[in-house]
Amino acid sequence: MSVQFSQETYKQFEEVLTHYPTKRAAIMPTFWLAQKEFGYLSPDAMEYIGQLLGLSPAYVGAVASFYTMYNKEPVGKYHLQVCANLSCTLLGAEHIIECIEHKLGIGLGQTTADGKFTLSEVECLGSCGTAPVAQINDDYHENLTPEGVLQLLETLSVQE
Amino acid sequence: MAEKTLLRHLDIPDFHKLDVYAAHGGYETARRVLTTMKPEEVVDQVKASNLRGRGGAGFGTGMKWGFLPKDTQKPIYLCCNADESEPGTFKDRAIIEWNTHILLEGILISSYAIKSHTAYIYIRGEFVFGAQRLEEEIAAAYAKGILGKNIFGTGYDLDVYVHRGAGAYICGEETGLIESLEGKRAYPRIKPPFPAVYGLFGCPTIVNNVETLACVPMIMQNGAAWFKAIGPESGPGPKVYCVSGHVEKPGLYELPMGVTLRSILYDHAGGIRGGKKLKAVMPGGSSFPILTADEIDVAMDFDSMRKINAFLGSAGIVVMDEDTCMVKALEIIDRFYHLESCGQCSPCREGTGWLHKLLSRLEQGDGKPEDIDLMDRICTNMMGNTVCVLADAAAMPTQSFLGKFRDEFVAHITEGGCPMKKRHAHGAESRQAA
Repeated sequence: MSVQFSQETYKQFEEVLTHYPTKRAAIMPTFWLAQKEFGYLSPDAMEYIGQLLGLSPAYVGAVASFYTMYNKEPVGKYHLQVCANLSCTLLGAEHIIECIEHKLGIGLGQTTADGKFTLSEVECLGSCGTAPVAQINDDYHENLTPEGVLQLLETLSVQE
Repeated sequence: MAEKTLLRHLDIPDFHKLDVYAAHGGYETARRVLTTMKPEEVVDQVKASNLRGRGGAGFGTGMKWGFLPKDTQKPIYLCCNADESEPGTFKDRAIIEWNTHILLEGILISSYAIKSHTAYIYIRGEFVFGAQRLEEEIAAAYAKGILGKNIFGTGYDLDVYVHRGAGAYICGEETGLIESLEGKRAYPRIKPPFPAVYGLFGCPTIVNNVETLACVPMIMQNGAAWFKAIGPESGPGPKVYCVSGHVEKPGLYELPMGVTLRSILYDHAGGIRGGKKLKAVMPGGSSFPILTADEIDVAMDFDSMRKINAFLGSAGIVVMDEDTCMVKALEIIDRFYHLESCGQCSPCREGTGWLHKLLSRLEQGDGKPEDIDLMDRICTNMMGNTVCVLADAAAMPTQSFLGKFRDEFVAHITEGGCPMKKRHAHGAESRQAA
């Protein structure tokens, strides 16, 4: 097995275990720790988590695959997750997605060749009053306009 | 009701901080409740207030609490449902992020009432900021002895943990939430047994929505009679309405329960954007029947809505103007339910997929005359035949769209595609220019 938590992450893992009466219940927070540390949940990472929690790799994979926010493949440095649900579409989400596709030369589910951007369409982000909305990594970007999103991409693309 | 309660943070800067909240009387109610009242008295007060769940179902909160076994030896759990994922709904997020301590005080009083010593806040994974905010403010409350051991010197202990979801709508269903919290795929459970009897880790459990729990401190502060006087007695209280879509001023509006939909749209949300005509409204998130423009004089409370075969739901009001293609709107809705169906029950797993496929076909111009009745039949076969109500949540809006806007569906078939597409594209361009 080629992956292991850093000391600091392992400490957080031990803390998480104290929140629940069973080890299995710690699987979701452990996934989050792993995704933060390793970038995505690789088969190796899932096997490691299984060993930590006393669960089979098959079980760990079955839980991970149920939840869309756990990345089972590597994603770009900036994960552009554009809401395509009702309120956002009513206010032009499709156009926002088109702008991004055109600007970056990638389609939905794809990553730019330099590994900088991944584009995904997501369901309602719970920010309908400020539609259209995208989540980039952890942060919400609200009241998006085509001009604004292009500017945002410019800013991110020069950021190290 | 001039003063804001659930959205009080709009009037007071930094209201999410413990010291600011405390300076405005925060936790005085919790202190009084914990030091002078028995848990049973709190349950009675909440029962008497007629508080009904704000997550969507509108079930009596006090009654739900009353289902807990009286003599259990097992731990009792409180789960705060902060998995806000109903399309069109964004009220809980505001309370979590900006009125954080009204929620935590609600959790404290409610946990005390149901004799729970462990509460979990199940927050949807996307709300990263909200989860961080909760962690920080929970830590602040622990530091002041408001959470943790021997709260207010009463001997009562309560631990509160934040548990992040990871992108699954079904975790908002209370038994799906419980399964997820146990570290499993979030397959809703067959009921009975209900969570109050057999819930989290096999123990008695209460699952309450964020806004519901946030109502508890004001009930205990002002009394059940005060609460009951706000709006209809059968389902009273202040309510946060979420308005989005084609209105001039989308956003959150805290108003008395029972205000009319027309008043919300025109007196508060500024009316339809660009002076356009209203075509339709989803009044309670996307899981319930749609309303036409001539149905908006209804009072937005649980019972008034039921009288016109609608639901208050989560009060996620999505407004559509005259240029909206109803086939496209429904296609988005049914795509959502197809993606979010947990796959446990075949009527839902297959039914939502069929609906989405048929609607895509219709929108693309390949619809067949029999498709409309076929979709209607699929809906009838989905409803009431599954473990949870996600199937119904897809079928109900679908049947109402087909019934109320049938001519648009027919036009997509006879004209070989969307007759509004040109107007729609034009609308997008003018929005871009604006």
